[in-house]
Amino acid sequence: MEDIKEIIRKYVINEYLEEGEEITYDTPLISSGYVDSFSMVSLLVFLENKFKIKIPPSKATPEAFDSVNKIVDLVNQFINK
Amino acid sequence: MSYSNKIKDIYSNQLSEIHSAGIYKEERFIHSSQAADIEVEFPSGANLKKVINMCSNNYLGLSSHPDVLQAAHQGLEKRGYGMSSVRFICGTQDIHRELENKVTEFLGTEDTILFPSCMDANAGVFEAILTSEDIMISDRLVHASIIDGMRLCSAQHDTFKHSSMEHLEEKLQLHADKRIKLVITDGVFSMDGDLAKLDEMVKLCEKYDAMILVDDSHSSGFIGRTGRGTHEYFNVIGKIDVITTTFGKALGGASGGCVSGRKEIVQMCRQKARPYLFSNTISPVIVSGVLKVFDILSASTERRDKLEKNAVWWRKGLTEAGFVLKEGNSPIVPVMLFNAKLSQDFSRDLYNEGIYAIGFFFPVVPNGQARIRTQISAGHEIDHLEKALDAFIKVGKKYGILGLTKEEIVAKYGL
Repeated sequence: MEDIKEIIRKYVINEYLEEGEEITYDTPLISSGYVDSFSMVSLLVFLENKFKIKIPPSKATPEAFDSVNKIVDLVNQFINK
Repeated sequence: MSYSNKIKDIYSNQLSEIHSAGIYKEERFIHSSQAADIEVEFPSGANLKKVINMCSNNYLGLSSHPDVLQAAHQGLEKRGYGMSSVRFICGTQDIHRELENKVTEFLGTEDTILFPSCMDANAGVFEAILTSEDIMISDRLVHASIIDGMRLCSAQHDTFKHSSMEHLEEKLQLHADKRIKLVITDGVFSMDGDLAKLDEMVKLCEKYDAMILVDDSHSSGFIGRTGRGTHEYFNVIGKIDVITTTFGKALGGASGGCVSGRKEIVQMCRQKARPYLFSNTISPVIVSGVLKVFDILSASTERRDKLEKNAVWWRKGLTEAGFVLKEGNSPIVPVMLFNAKLSQDFSRDLYNEGIYAIGFFFPVVPNGQARIRTQISAGHEIDHLEKALDAFIKVGKKYGILGLTKEEIVAKYGL
């Protein structure tokens, strides 16, 4: 099965980046302007559907979504429950 | 004293950071009426300089039109200077309702409510008509006032890639379960000058049972065959549920704005929109001036026709000179320079040549997309545009960018 990290990175590139733009697992997404706070809802819905989890609003903060690695940490909190 | 040195330092440091980032905004003092030819004091204290204005929103050249001035004078005489009230207490005159009816007729909608500005219209409309059961789906390049309005609203929000109908459709499918889906876009995008694909958006909204809101501030009065706006251009008059627009640009350029659209939505704004409820009514002087603007526009399309010709002439001239432009067919013509410093240097040199046009860079536009945004007016004569084009070519030659592609300009100056 594809690595969680890579699934999320590919989704972020496809959903938020312009053609030719690239990111690493640690690229800041929100603080660098790739993802604005309004667009986070798509990411949240994607994560919940893809990984069959429920992320409470209190955990879905801009800080928690600010890089692929941070998102993976967030997802793992709920997958492992 | 509560304004301690500690607090003072907090602000001083923030201002220093803004200075260091090169984004400190300075006003230029204009010592004349708004027009194609203006007299400017810049920097503060400098001698006045006569320049051609290539960056105003005075698209139809009506900001200082003698008939508008006369109507404003008459409004002042007959209805006074101010109302000292919000609309629903004792701030609604007969002319406010007359203007609302005139806007409704002009835009081909069901009803209209005035706001002190379009910024206020956008700040108030979302909260007034949506709740947490609903979703706002906006184009990623909508104007800052829409973003602020959405922030004030409890509805959920999502975005779609600029002008991507495929992405919008995905989002409409993703949020199919929401009570109300409101798709939000600018009619003409203020920094790029391109038009939203309203015909396609309306079809998608019909398919997925969504409403659509269009901010037509950079369109009302001149886009479309008779200047009704982008909904006329795309032949979807009557199919846009909510239009917000301003009187502060083409429609006289003073101030004021409105929400125009479905009757119930306008009624909801009249009951619940906070900038309407808690901010003063538009001054009778301005209402009288805007009424005259609509008379002028209803009598003839001469001014929007001239604007269209001017914009075509300008775009063609810049293209033939070898500049890289953003594609579009509005009077907003961005000359792409990509590098932030180059945009500032270019703007300064243009000013020295007698041309007033501003360079924009991140965060006003996306990183690496710095530009000079030019805005054409019906107040320009071809003579103005020829002088401006000569200056652009002279400065373009100085920086060696004429005939270069985007990649070549970036290779030369960096992003």
